[in-house]
Amino acid sequence: MVRTYGTRIPNLPKKELPGHLIVVEGADGSGRTTEVEMLRDWLEIQGHPVVDTGLRRSTLVSKQIDRAKLGHTLGATTMALFYAADFADQLENKILPALSAGSTVLADRYTYTLMARAIVRGATREYAEKLYAFAFEPDLIIFLDARTDILLHRAIAKYGSLDYWESGMDLSLSRDRFESFFAYQGLLKKEFDWMARTYGFQRVDANRTPFQVHRDVKAVVAALFGKKVRIEVGVEGSPKVATVPEVSGLGPTEGQNA
Amino acid sequence: MAPPAPGNNGGTGRLLVVEGLDGSGKSTQARLLVKWLQSRGYRVFFTEWNSSELVSGVIRRGKKKGLLTPTTFALLHATDFADRLERQILPPLRAGYFVVCDRYCYTAFARDTARGCDPAWVRNMYSFAPVPDKVLYFRVPVQVSLDRKLASREPISYYEAGMDLHLADDVVESYQRFQAALRRGYEKLVTTDHLVPIDAAKPVEQVLTRVRSEVKPLLNEFPKMETLVHG
Repeated sequence: MVRTYGTRIPNLPKKELPGHLIVVEGADGSGRTTEVEMLRDWLEIQGHPVVDTGLRRSTLVSKQIDRAKLGHTLGATTMALFYAADFADQLENKILPALSAGSTVLADRYTYTLMARAIVRGATREYAEKLYAFAFEPDLIIFLDARTDILLHRAIAKYGSLDYWESGMDLSLSRDRFESFFAYQGLLKKEFDWMARTYGFQRVDANRTPFQVHRDVKAVVAALFGKKVRIEVGVEGSPKVATVPEVSGLGPTEGQNA
Repeated sequence: MAPPAPGNNGGTGRLLVVEGLDGSGKSTQARLLVKWLQSRGYRVFFTEWNSSELVSGVIRRGKKKGLLTPTTFALLHATDFADRLERQILPPLRAGYFVVCDRYCYTAFARDTARGCDPAWVRNMYSFAPVPDKVLYFRVPVQVSLDRKLASREPISYYEAGMDLHLADDVVESYQRFQAALRRGYEKLVTTDHLVPIDAAKPVEQVLTRVRSEVKPLLNEFPKMETLVHG
């Protein structure tokens, strides 16, 4: 039976779903998007068809959320609920059918990002947790954890500036965007640290190169599928093949539908 | 978004809610009440469910295309409510207005629960809403609701009839079953949330008299517009 965080949506099938749900969480600049792309390719080569999903992609509301963001018209509570509606639409119309079909669903962020954003904007942890209690418990939550100063440098290297929303400018923490970025990312980090403990995130050190991150991620994912993974040791040249021993700390899946 | 303490409506104003089935006459009575309060010199603000532009557009489109499930239906209506609360209800309430709401979170409690959503989940979703000073529940038998609906010649909408729940193939029969479920929900709220039941099957004049007598205690020490503007 699909495990949720406490609330079951109506019409949820009673039977076990054959697919797997893998979530990748991490701030902008943590290398999340790059990693999701690499992981998707790797999973499919390994024989696991992937359906990918992310935030703000539902057919129902994503366009209106974009519009609302452009106009900065919606308040914090409204925005939190709007995002929840967007998530629910994808959960019911994309994630659930894909899991039923036996696919591996690869989620580029999940409820955790949405919860963190709502909490730093004034929701209590309890409110956010209960709001998203209908979400399915993932088989694996990979948390790409990077230091704020590294996120900063990557953001500037990539965009040449700091994004309004990623700097949390709507929170009025500081009129200075640089200061606001640090303050906002710090607040998010606190929530992610709390959630990492509560929800059993697999923390991966994302202060390193994409190659190094990918190697660790593959090991964690391989363990989920009960596989040994071929790992290329060394960056270039003829790769040596090694097998990864048991990955320690896969404990969080305990109590989940692994 | 922290749940407010009971009785704390976030300001010096008054918050009055009218609830009830379709065709219970609550909107008519709300309109009459607003007129009466204004004529007596009070600052009144009136607001209806489902009136925020951005979100109600999504809801309309979702309904039209049949994209809504009980969960997204519930979340989108909560979004709409939150938007209206943040922008339209809280500011006048805090400024000291007498705010009259045609439907409030109790509609959602009854409706989303009838659609199979977890009652505790729905309640949490709305825990940011201030508790009203009074909630008038316009109580009518389902048959009266249906008769008034049919007499109005407005077609019964798909969601109003709960057709999405596949209770019956026939719209009228589905409407009756769905409204009966909503009614059971409201009756529970009379106990849990102190909704004040008003026999709305009676002639409108009698209902109006009853509404005014329920509202009068809320006007104690409530200043009129004149004193607010001119000190």
